[in-house]
Amino acid sequence: MADGTATVERQPRPAPPVAPGSRARAVPSRRRVGRTLRTGLVKLVVYLAVLPLAGFIMLPFIWMLSSSFKPIGSGIRFPPEFIPRVWVFTNYPLVFDTIPFFLYLRNSLIVTGGVIVGELLSTSIVAYSFARLRYPGKNFFFVVLLATMMIPFPVTMVPTFVLFNLIHWVDTYLPLIVPAFFAPAFAVFLLRQFFMTINRELDDAAKVDGCNEFRILFQILLPLSKPALTTVAIFSFTANWNDFLGPLIYLSSAKKFTLALGINYLRSFRGGGDLAPQMAAAVMFSAPCIILFFLAQRYFVQGIVTTGLKG
Amino acid sequence: MTVAASAGGDRRRRRRLGAGRREALVGYLTLSPWAVGFLLFTLGPMVASLWFSLSEYKVIQPPRWIGLANYQRMFSDDLFYRSLKVTVTYTFTSVPLGILAALLVAVLLNQNIRGARLLRTIFYLPSVISGVAVALVFAWILNHRFGILNYIIGLAGIQGPDWLGRQQWALWAFVLMSLWGIGGNMIILLAGLQGVPASLHEAAEIDGAGSWRRFQSITIPMISPVILFVSIMSVIGSFQTFTQAYIMTGGGPAYATLFYLLYLYRNAFSWFEMGYASALAWVLFAIILVCTLLGLRVSSSWVHYEGG
Repeated sequence: MADGTATVERQPRPAPPVAPGSRARAVPSRRRVGRTLRTGLVKLVVYLAVLPLAGFIMLPFIWMLSSSFKPIGSGIRFPPEFIPRVWVFTNYPLVFDTIPFFLYLRNSLIVTGGVIVGELLSTSIVAYSFARLRYPGKNFFFVVLLATMMIPFPVTMVPTFVLFNLIHWVDTYLPLIVPAFFAPAFAVFLLRQFFMTINRELDDAAKVDGCNEFRILFQILLPLSKPALTTVAIFSFTANWNDFLGPLIYLSSAKKFTLALGINYLRSFRGGGDLAPQMAAAVMFSAPCIILFFLAQRYFVQGIVTTGLKG
Repeated sequence: MTVAASAGGDRRRRRRLGAGRREALVGYLTLSPWAVGFLLFTLGPMVASLWFSLSEYKVIQPPRWIGLANYQRMFSDDLFYRSLKVTVTYTFTSVPLGILAALLVAVLLNQNIRGARLLRTIFYLPSVISGVAVALVFAWILNHRFGILNYIIGLAGIQGPDWLGRQQWALWAFVLMSLWGIGGNMIILLAGLQGVPASLHEAAEIDGAGSWRRFQSITIPMISPVILFVSIMSVIGSFQTFTQAYIMTGGGPAYATLFYLLYLYRNAFSWFEMGYASALAWVLFAIILVCTLLGLRVSSSWVHYEGG
């Protein structure tokens, strides 16, 4: 990071004025050449600043991947190897032998799948309400919705646990899934912003043709909102896939763990809990999110920008 | 629907009023999933939390009213002070550093360079895998004897510290880790930068303003609302740091990384001090609220809003 702060001052400072005599003679406009050279120099400085930072970002990924192919016991070897001297492919099967990986995968898919279904269904309806219908108090409710995004999770964490404990939902997936069926604020906001950009005349035309609100929502707005729905779905996927505190609070029996808990659980074993298999598990755990990100990059960016800038 | 009581022929008006009512009905109906969820999972728990915070509540027996005793207890609770200090120190170092770094990267990527898209992807990538995997990888990277970080530092001839094992270093290791996750803020800032009209820069350039001057006088004011937004959101998020500390250090060594939420979690779910944990949660909420309001207040002196 010392690297980063140092370059703060370096970058925006204008590159020193360049007036190369020899080059300028060849081309009629001296000024233009100076300019291209200058932008070239600026670009060079930009690369010099940004590439080490990008290296800092990539390092843990490379470390995770390469270490997953190192032999057991590499965690206490010096000097550390960037590229394994001996390639070992047994760490991955070792993870499967140590923890019920595929069971945890299934559990994670149940939770994330349930959440995505619930969130898409409920937020579409509520976002439609906020974007299209007129009724007293709507703006007030919308402000309340925005305010709830600022409420930290810990404030509601304890009583919500007490509530779910009361109805015997602890150690089931219901506390993790059911709240998603009640329109989480972030997703409502994102979808509402998107609905607002869709031309209202489409609704009106459908209304004239005798469509009711539900048909307008499901047959007109939602098919047009695939990008926004995708954004909601992938954010919800990564958030719940990575969620640790929620499952930690609600899931107590080891066979119900999600992958996030399971990977942490792996550490408690001998052999399989060694650093190299840990990295193999970490690779398998983060791979779906990374692949999803590469497939759907523009939805990620769009989602961040919509909720970030228009908030 | 006997709104239009006047003589016949006014069917259109009657229908419109009916339609308005119907729309309101449908409106409340479609709002209800959120409204019910708000009552069940936000407002209800908040009221309950307030009540718990004024009670002794250990799950087995029903809550017993004890007034402000939980809040008084904090004054003499050494771990409360420690966790608060850890979290505040962490927040007010990692957030400014992180935003500075995010802004720097955003400015760099906003230059018209080849590969900017790929670089943007790289910088955002850590944000999609936050959590357990990151904690496990960093625990190894930061290992003082066998980790790659100290090895690299060692190449420069410097003996790297025992990052996670020493009281004076552990929190800085977390700050360093937080800098790895600046991608989300970077993307928001980058979008902000791209929204600055080029005409402003051109006009200033004609007036002879250099690029640093333009950055100071045009770019920063134009994106100041975005900077404010990411600052507030980062502070809120930073106060809720949990997973890394839970996995990597468990709050140690000697409580040097006992983050507030970790302490709250232990009170609630290890010691079943639900009442005290609720009081801690409310104090956290109050701190976050004060920080946000203070941020908004102070911001009016430096944040520039277009047309206002």
